[in-house]
Amino acid sequence: MRSLEIHSQAARRVGGNRTYAIVGVVASGNLEVLLERVLDGTACEVIIKTPVEGFEEIWRAVVADFIERYSPGGLKISLNDLGARPDTVSLRLAQGVRLMESGE
Amino acid sequence: MKNSLTESDQSSWYEATARQRVDGLLDPGSFKEFVEPTARQISPHLHLFDLPEAFDDGIVVGWGTMKGREILIAAQEGRFMGGTFGEVHGGKLVGLLRFAARSRSAPRAVLMLLDTGGVRLQEANAGELAVSEIIRAILEARAGGVAVIALIGGRAGAFGGGGIMAACCSRIVVSEHGRLGVTGPEVIETNRGVEEFDSRNRPLVWQVTGGKTRRLLGGADAYAADNIKSFRDAAIRLLDKAPNFDLPTMELEQERLARRLKQFGECDSTTAIWQKMNIAERDRIAELSDAEFDRLAQLQAEANHDAR
Repeated sequence: MRSLEIHSQAARRVGGNRTYAIVGVVASGNLEVLLERVLDGTACEVIIKTPVEGFEEIWRAVVADFIERYSPGGLKISLNDLGARPDTVSLRLAQGVRLMESGE
Repeated sequence: MKNSLTESDQSSWYEATARQRVDGLLDPGSFKEFVEPTARQISPHLHLFDLPEAFDDGIVVGWGTMKGREILIAAQEGRFMGGTFGEVHGGKLVGLLRFAARSRSAPRAVLMLLDTGGVRLQEANAGELAVSEIIRAILEARAGGVAVIALIGGRAGAFGGGGIMAACCSRIVVSEHGRLGVTGPEVIETNRGVEEFDSRNRPLVWQVTGGKTRRLLGGADAYAADNIKSFRDAAIRLLDKAPNFDLPTMELEQERLARRLKQFGECDSTTAIWQKMNIAERDRIAELSDAEFDRLAQLQAEANHDAR
């Protein structure tokens, strides 16, 4: 398994008041995303575990794009990947932030 | 806590994740999860094999209400490693069932959303132990008057230890997609050859292990359409209808099973069994709509007694 940690700053803090959310499943071509509201300010941490070798640049690009679009400040985001395509990863990350913001 | 953005009661049980099934079955906002994914109780074995892990080890357990009534619930994620029983996965279910059996404050009903191929090969010893502990805990809960209801309609079905567990439950609900057995089709083919059982022959697999066959033969107590609402309705109907769990019931069950074997033991296909049962629709069971099939199943004497 490869692991990759990305530490970044978002433009603003994420909305809503849920403490955590989980979306997706660790299944072929899919991934699980756990989002936790545990960081101070606008910090954002993304921790990726994947069995696929050699796509670090793409992971970094997908995560940078996500942080710019959704501004998930304050979130620690942990991914268990099983060979999901970049579009699936983007979708799951977006789904997760939407859930965190939904306030339920 | 709701975990999905778009789910509704009408969404497919087969396609739903374990968490979506739990959310759709329970009253909105009533679910309280035990050992939440943030606790990161992951498998202690999978990393040794360099395999991906899941934060909930493929099973969601907790407490909630269904039509206002308190219940315990466990849902396996059939798409994570085939919903298999590893050490943590099994331990979570054992804990839930022992809580039901031993705590005075626990709800008197447990829903088990089985979606499993059985024991996880990479954690074989721990998995086998978990399966036997789960079976013992189911029986202990039932002996204490707790209704344990299995709901089966996911892609992994309920096989191996999961098939035995289902048979130990008070009641079983299946959909057409649900499959129930001990030795799975691929395993039979691997061990006995394709002549014995062709696991790629989907009509054959469903005729032998599928939900409609199990229901008509009396191996399942209720039939649900492939949506969350239908499973919810069936579970609510069965909550108060758990059979007695005592020696006279077991003896009756033994008697009925012996009679079933005598009656149908020579049949070489399900159609032959349906013929002996005088089912007029025997050649088009697979084509019947959910409503038509449910009506037919309710008419069969074989399908409507406490013995499975």
